[in-house]
Amino acid sequence: MNIPNLTLLAATGPVHLELAWVDKVILAVYFAFVLGIGWVLRRQVSGTKDYLESGRSLPAWICALGFIGANLGAQEVMGMAASGAKYGIMTSHFYWVGAIPAMIFVAIFMMPFYYGSKARSVPEYLKLRFDEKTRGFNAITFAGMTVMSSGISMYALAKLLNLVLDWNFHACIIISGVIVLAYILMGGLTSAIYNEVLQFFLIVFGFLPLVLLGLKNVGGWEGLKAKLMPVASGAGFDSSAWTHSWQFTGSASANPMGVEWFGLAMGLGFVLSFGYWCTDFLVIQRAMAAKDMGAARRTPILAAIPKMLFPALVILPGMIAIALHSMGDASFHLPAKGNSLDYDLVVPTMLQYYFPTGMLGIGLTALMASFMSGMAGNVTAFNTVFTYDIYQSYIKKDGSDRHYLGVSRWTTVIGIALSMGAAYFAAAFNNIMDVLQLVFAFVNAPLFATFLLGMFWRRTTGHAAFTGLVVGTLAAAIHHGLSLPGDPSVMATGVKGGWLSVAHVYPSEMAQNFWTAIWAWSACFVVTIVVSLATKRIKTDDDLRGLVYSLTPKIKDEGTVWWKRPAVFGTVVLACAVVLNILFW
Amino acid sequence: MNLDVRLPMGLLFLILGVLLLIYGAVSDPAIYAAHHNLGLNINLICGVMFSAFGLLMLFLARRGKKKE
Repeated sequence: MNIPNLTLLAATGPVHLELAWVDKVILAVYFAFVLGIGWVLRRQVSGTKDYLESGRSLPAWICALGFIGANLGAQEVMGMAASGAKYGIMTSHFYWVGAIPAMIFVAIFMMPFYYGSKARSVPEYLKLRFDEKTRGFNAITFAGMTVMSSGISMYALAKLLNLVLDWNFHACIIISGVIVLAYILMGGLTSAIYNEVLQFFLIVFGFLPLVLLGLKNVGGWEGLKAKLMPVASGAGFDSSAWTHSWQFTGSASANPMGVEWFGLAMGLGFVLSFGYWCTDFLVIQRAMAAKDMGAARRTPILAAIPKMLFPALVILPGMIAIALHSMGDASFHLPAKGNSLDYDLVVPTMLQYYFPTGMLGIGLTALMASFMSGMAGNVTAFNTVFTYDIYQSYIKKDGSDRHYLGVSRWTTVIGIALSMGAAYFAAAFNNIMDVLQLVFAFVNAPLFATFLLGMFWRRTTGHAAFTGLVVGTLAAAIHHGLSLPGDPSVMATGVKGGWLSVAHVYPSEMAQNFWTAIWAWSACFVVTIVVSLATKRIKTDDDLRGLVYSLTPKIKDEGTVWWKRPAVFGTVVLACAVVLNILFW
Repeated sequence: MNLDVRLPMGLLFLILGVLLLIYGAVSDPAIYAAHHNLGLNINLICGVMFSAFGLLMLFLARRGKKKE
C-alpha cells in the first residue's frame, strides 16, 4: 500500500507557483535547521548502536512521530489527496481499516519479539527464528526495495519542483541527495527521526489551514457533501458515493474504487496492511529505537492517534479540489492528463489556489520535508539491514564496532548514490521500474503469513518459512499474470497483468492488488504449515525463547496507568477507529 | 549531552511564525483578497499559531531540562 506511484507527476500541467523572497527565506530556514540538527547530534554518535539504532534511547512520543513521519512520505501526501479526488472518503479505508488495526496488533503482539529478542532488525529476527536463507531472502529484497523507494521519492520531488517552480531537475536530485546524506552521516538514525518529527508538525501546521480554508469555502462538511453529489452522479454512481466509506461496498461496481467489502477487508485490512505495519523494517526500526520495552510497545499505538486523524489532512484536500473543479469556477481547475484529470497535481493546485506568498512557502516546505524524510527513512533502514544483515553476515563477520561504524557510514553514501541512480533510472525507464515494483510487491504480499506462523506456532520450521515465502511470491506473480484490471479488449496485458493469459477480469487495479495479496498470503500460509509438518524441527524450545509467543514470558503491565498498558490503550484507539468508520459509513 | 528535539522544533516554529507575522503585517492587503482565503490574512493568523506552538515547545524543552 505504500508503493509509490510511478506515473506520479509524469504529465506537465499548467500549475505554476511563484515564490517571493519570504517563501525562499522560509525554505532556507527549514534547511538550516535540518542540517543544524545533524550537526548538533554528530557528537552523540560513537558506535554502530548510536548510528543505526539511535542507541535505543528515545522516548515513545518521538519514536511514534518518527514512526508515522517515515511513512508519511510525499507519495502518501500527494497520493492520498489524488485518491481523495478520485474515490472520495473511501480512501479513508487506507487509514481506518488499513493502518490502525495493524498498528495496534504490532504494538501488543509483535513488538515484544522484535524489541525483546536480540534482533537488531526484522531480517535478523528471521535469522534467529528460522534460518539464514530466510533472513537472506528478506534482507536482500528489503534492501533493494528501500533504495528504489528512496530513488522514486527523489525523482518525484525533482519532477514536481521542475514542473511547478521551473527548478533544474538534476540540481534538485543532487541537492536533495546531498542534504539527506549530510544529516544522516552526522547524526545517524536519531537525526533522521528528529527530522521526521519536524516534518510531521510542518505537515500538520502547513496543511491544516489549507483544509480549513477549503472547507469554509465550500460550506463545511455539509456543503462539501452537496457539492460532491454531481461528481458522483456524473461518474455513474449514487450521488452520495463520494462521502460514504462502506455503504456502497456491497458490489464492486457500485463504488468508485471498484472493490467489494470482502476484498477490501481481507486484502487491504488484513494482508497488505498487516504485512506493511508489522513486518516492514522501515517503520519497525523507529519503534526499536525506543528506550525500553514499554516505550517500544507504546510507539505504534501513539502513532495510531494522529494516523487516524490524517484523512482530514490528506484526503479532504482532494475531495475539496474535485468539488471546486466540478463547480465550474473558472479560477480553479485541475490540470488535464489525457482524457482524465491529473489527480497527482491536486496538492500543488490547492496550495496555489488558497495560499498567498508566505503560507505558500510553508506549504512547499512541508511538501519538500515529506519527500526528504521519506527518503531518509528508506536510507536509514537500508543502512541497518545492509550493515547487520548483509555485510556482517556474509562479508566480514568479526570486525570491530569501529569498523562496522565506518561501513555503515559508507553504506549511507552508497545508499544515497544508488537512490540517485534509481531516480534517473525511473526517469529513463518507467516500465522497468514498474516491473521491479511489481516484483517487490509480490515478495511483500506473503510475508505476514510467515511472521504470523513464526511468532505464534513453534512448530514452524526454517525450510517451511523459506518455501512458503517463495511459493507465496510465485502465487502473487501467477495471480497477477492471470488477471487484468479492465476489459482485455481495450487494455494491454503486461505490467498491468494478464501476461500469462487473462483468466479473470477485475473491476479495478485496486481490486486486483487486494486479491493478488490475498492469494499470495493464503498460498504462503498453507504451504508453510504443510512443509512444517513434513520437515524436522531443528530449533529447540530454548532457541525459540523470546521469539515465539507461547515460549516467551508474558509482559506484566497490570498496575500501571491505562495508557501504559498496550492492550488497554490499543483497545481504546481501536474503538475510536471503529467510531470513525461508523460516522462516515 | 542529549539534544531535546523540542528545542530545535520550538526555535524553528518561532522563527517561521515571526516571519509570517511580519510578512502578514507589512504585505499588501490586496493579495489576501486576490487569493481565495476569503479575505482572511492567513499569514497573520498562521504566524500567531506557529509562534504560539514554537513558544510552547520551547517552554516544554526548558521544563524538561529543569526536571533533569
